[in-house]
Amino acid sequence: MEKVLEKTGKKINLLGNEAIVRGALEAGVDFVAQYPGTPSSDVGDTFFRIKEKVSRINLNFHYEYSTNEKVALEAAAGAAFSGAKALASFKNFGLNVASDFFFPLAQIRLPGQLVIFIADDPSCWSSAQSEQDTRHQIFAARLPMLEPSVPQESKDFIIFAFELSKKFQIPVVIRHTTRISHQSGPVLFGKIFKKSKKKFEFKKDIERFVTMPPRVLRMKIDLIKRREEIRKISEKSPLNKVFNKEKKSKMGIITSGVGFLYTMETLQNLNLKVPVLKLGFVFPLPRKKLQNFLKGKNRILIVEEGDPFLEWKIKELAFEMKWKGKIFGKGGSMEGGRIWKERKSILPAAGELKPEYVEEAILKILGKKSKYKNHLRKFLEIKVPVRFPIMCTKPVCPYWSVVKAIKKVLPEKEIIFGGEIGCYMVFAHKAINLQDYLFCMGSDIGIAHGITKATNQKVLAFVGDSSFFHAAIPQLINTVVNESSPLIVIMENQTTAMTGHQPHPGQKIKIEEIVKACGVKNVKVIDEVENQKEFENTLKEFIKLKGPKVIVARRMCALLAKKLKK
Amino acid sequence: MKNKNFNLIICGVGGQGQITLLRILSEAAILENKDFKAAETHGLSQRGGSVEVHFRMGKVFSPLVSQAGADLILSLEFQETLRAMYYCSSKTKVLINDKIIPIIGEIPLKKEKILKEVKKFTKNIKIIEASKICQEKLGKEILAGVFLISLISHQKLIPLKPKSLLLAIKKQIPQKYLDLNLKAFELSKSFQF
Repeated sequence: MEKVLEKTGKKINLLGNEAIVRGALEAGVDFVAQYPGTPSSDVGDTFFRIKEKVSRINLNFHYEYSTNEKVALEAAAGAAFSGAKALASFKNFGLNVASDFFFPLAQIRLPGQLVIFIADDPSCWSSAQSEQDTRHQIFAARLPMLEPSVPQESKDFIIFAFELSKKFQIPVVIRHTTRISHQSGPVLFGKIFKKSKKKFEFKKDIERFVTMPPRVLRMKIDLIKRREEIRKISEKSPLNKVFNKEKKSKMGIITSGVGFLYTMETLQNLNLKVPVLKLGFVFPLPRKKLQNFLKGKNRILIVEEGDPFLEWKIKELAFEMKWKGKIFGKGGSMEGGRIWKERKSILPAAGELKPEYVEEAILKILGKKSKYKNHLRKFLEIKVPVRFPIMCTKPVCPYWSVVKAIKKVLPEKEIIFGGEIGCYMVFAHKAINLQDYLFCMGSDIGIAHGITKATNQKVLAFVGDSSFFHAAIPQLINTVVNESSPLIVIMENQTTAMTGHQPHPGQKIKIEEIVKACGVKNVKVIDEVENQKEFENTLKEFIKLKGPKVIVARRMCALLAKKLKK
Repeated sequence: MKNKNFNLIICGVGGQGQITLLRILSEAAILENKDFKAAETHGLSQRGGSVEVHFRMGKVFSPLVSQAGADLILSLEFQETLRAMYYCSSKTKVLINDKIIPIIGEIPLKKEKILKEVKKFTKNIKIIEASKICQEKLGKEILAGVFLISLISHQKLIPLKPKSLLLAIKKQIPQKYLDLNLKAFELSKSFQF
């Protein structure tokens, strides 16, 4: 029995992400689309495992892994345009991919409902490319955003998000960070929404769905008006609650997400009663509630995961009300580095929050000394080499054969190696050392094109199979049309391995056919383990050829092969 | 510790089964109707990187154990013990699985050297040949994790009863591997600590 399908009234231990799934089921979600990315992956993976069972409870239910996050969001939006309850889910970088659609979508009055679940990854536990806080984009799109602190809230908040979406015909975002997604705790189960077959219909409505000037400006005004209506709710919402109400206290803490947990833990340990305003309904910001909280106090600490976003906004509010006092947090303004250097921040501007950081910050404001300094000094004296992740050795990852062949037959030093996101990003490991740049999915081919056009250097770009479908095809076409000469090795291990073996389009569509259709003349499919010699010879031959050339290294992920055998 | 909470860190290398261990402990806590919080590590680090998971019992808010805040550190790999010293105070007990998994491209650190460092933090150290025992007696060293969490329960190093742990193992481990895991549990019961 899948945990998330347990009976009403039960209390079950769930991860934050699993609680999102249960909440969506209780809300009666009809349509879910995801592109995998940790820390958001388990949302889609759980739906994928239970989709047949859910289809018997809600006869309209559809789940899919979409080709990329933009496609997932468009698919979910299409369902919501037709009256369904839809959920799109991805990690922070997914919002970058989806952004072109995300911004215009924000202003559409939805006939159905749409919730967008996004998981940020402070400290980059499972993120290579940057430590990115999506609140900037969500705020810029003017969408409501909720931020839970514990799994029970994740479940409750998503149910509320669907209600809010319905009431204001607006997409609603739920933001998690890693510690919320992968924290487990008890969740009290409500009733799963049962649904009979319903005929959804897209009703033609130019005023609603066609974004063209001057109409698009009317849409923008309508969105701003709705945002102000929603703000009235966030002002009164129990999701924005003051804990430790102490009228006389001159100090206060404003926090959200996991920051709230670290704050409460610290106050409990130090036996302090400092008022805490917890923001769960973060956008639209409850401006009046925040200003009321500032009144009568002269020291405010902002505890938030990610950039000093709330800090920036609260400083603005403090300025407007001519508030006299000091705001502590990650320091300075959104301008960044320059100011952080000039002013000593009380919480670190990079990396995730930790409970002891919050404790130190509170003690510092109270003029007390931290007990951690000596311990930290002692700890930092320990020298232990970093254990970088590397490809599997038990069973042996087929990518080792790719590495071996390249090292054997190609002049490594003369070639620039382009990397991107997937298991092969560990080619940067010093034991392998086949990576000269690394950004995001697909960009290795785009950059390879630029390098080979600007220089006489040879570039070998590695692409994963899932990422080939996700984001590499326009770049491949560009190498053909604008005539550059990278050697592209598509690492087809027949799964999305890095994020937990999700399926991808390669199971239905042959990669080499797409490559040929893009106009690439030299294409070969080789099992790099079975036919090592042929793989080596092709590398030698292809690297010399003019124009883009592609080797599809087709060999199943050894972990997946082992799993399927069982 | 203040408030009589219990704070556990399990550290090791990706692939040693930390998430499964965490889920067994969580299940046992549920069976005993005790408050707890757990934090898992997913993704990149699982590909042979360092992995640490946190398990806390009592009236706690944070899913993470604080710096110098662990009551017990269970280290599944010798060298990784050093990284976990971040959570170690003089009151912390440290249980080390006598197993070295080399860091690729590095010469493994000497055990004596590691212990010398650990002793700077705490004197409560115990080394157990869990991987070796499980390999010799059960043919699978991966069982070291279940052996060790069973052991800490038998030795009352964690406020969870062996009975609950046994039930939790039965609930969390797939049928196919259950028999071996139950044997690891039994083995820990008779182990001379």
